[in-house]
Amino acid sequence: MGKKALSAEPPPLHSAPIDLAAHPIAMRLNGGVLAYLGKVAAVLLKDVRAELRGREIFSTMTAFSVLAVLIFGMAFDLRVPRAEMIAPGVLWVVVLFTGVLGLNRSFGAEVDRGTLPSLLLAPVDRSAIYFGKMLANLIFTLATALVILAVMFFIFDLNLFQPYNLAAMLLGVIGYVGVGTLFAALTANSRARETLLPILLLPVMVPVFVSGVALTAGVLDGKAWEDLSQWFGILAAFDAIFIVVAYLLFDLIWEDA
Amino acid sequence: MNESGLIVARNIVKRYGRKRVLNGVEMCVPQGQVMALLGPNGAGKSTLLRIISGLAKPDRGEILLGGVSTRKAGHEIRRYIGLVAHAPLLYDNLSAWDNLHFFARLYDIQQPAARVEAVLRAVDLWTRRHDPVRTYSRGMTQRLAIGRAILHDPPVLLLDEPDTGLDPSSAETLAQLIRMLSSGRRAILLTTHNLERAIAWADSISLLADGKIIWSTATEGLTSEKLRQAMTELEV
Repeated sequence: MGKKALSAEPPPLHSAPIDLAAHPIAMRLNGGVLAYLGKVAAVLLKDVRAELRGREIFSTMTAFSVLAVLIFGMAFDLRVPRAEMIAPGVLWVVVLFTGVLGLNRSFGAEVDRGTLPSLLLAPVDRSAIYFGKMLANLIFTLATALVILAVMFFIFDLNLFQPYNLAAMLLGVIGYVGVGTLFAALTANSRARETLLPILLLPVMVPVFVSGVALTAGVLDGKAWEDLSQWFGILAAFDAIFIVVAYLLFDLIWEDA
Repeated sequence: MNESGLIVARNIVKRYGRKRVLNGVEMCVPQGQVMALLGPNGAGKSTLLRIISGLAKPDRGEILLGGVSTRKAGHEIRRYIGLVAHAPLLYDNLSAWDNLHFFARLYDIQQPAARVEAVLRAVDLWTRRHDPVRTYSRGMTQRLAIGRAILHDPPVLLLDEPDTGLDPSSAETLAQLIRMLSSGRRAILLTTHNLERAIAWADSISLLADGKIIWSTATEGLTSEKLRQAMTELEV
């Protein structure tokens, strides 16, 4: 309903309570895939809207990533002859470390604000909450990754906006937030979640990190698809396996929230 | 034990570590009735409400809602429950409209805008619908929390100390809301520390102590003095 369609202001409740029975509701039961996707979209849009209002996650991630690239740039400037030698590592380290900041807030903010039970009370397959959160994390992390690429362009004078590199980042970040959203949910109720999440998550991300670095290095070295395809295969397999595992496990995490 | 209630608790046991918080709770709230659950801090009132709502699992026993065991039911059973907890369960940087619209989508409410408007008018927040929830007073936040809980018109309504921190005017508004909601097909279970409000709002009162319901009575003819005397005799 748009604002223009709103009717006149009502009298206050204590003089004329609205009888809710006069406004019967209808609910869609067992709405199938479309209803499921609608709930995924609802969670996603809620997280994006909350971020646009609060500017809590993206601004922190962006500031951290810019600082991290600057520090790496200064640290390696004197000793490394060619930026191509260190840029792949810098790119993926900064993406992984920055992503943790956003992932921590994904469920941490729900716990801190006390809103997690309202999500768990909803008649929703909890995997829909997982996918909604995962997609929101994907948007925040990809947006930050684009900022990182832009900063690296200026600091290292390297154009990493190349199709194969962008595809590698997309696949890598999907796997990262797929596992990261699951682990963020696991650690959300822990007091030590800020330290626990990276300790649990980063070792699992080794295949993504190694493949991502290899792909970015390959792109900078001008390698052909035949040389890169195996790394893309590893990233795609990682994404598929861990997203299915997360889908299957997510409901169990909240059994006794 | 009457098993025809809309909310039935059968032998609920819940431990946290070594502490047995609930120790065989048996309870029944029939349709159209309001039950007030009284008891000292730490008696397990909130834990019982969390178990009934499905947020926590009992170690033993089961909850029946409308005759259906929550243990065996799928997630659709949550459609029949509305919970007002200690925390408002609202996104404070979103407006009342955005909050309720989000939950309307989660609950698959058709024509969500019309329902959200009706609920916001019912809880008297229509004029402030676009303001962020963080700008609301405690009373307004609590009214919106009730609005969120009744948005999907649940037959089972659980109110965990809904009157805590409210000024007399807000408490009166809350009383009107509860009276409005208690009529008809709902069963309402609420907790409070205020004996006068428990008597005024509820049809029956149960005392929870040592993890069990130790005393139950109808509120008809009951005064706060009699209730206080009974609680003293029961050492609650």
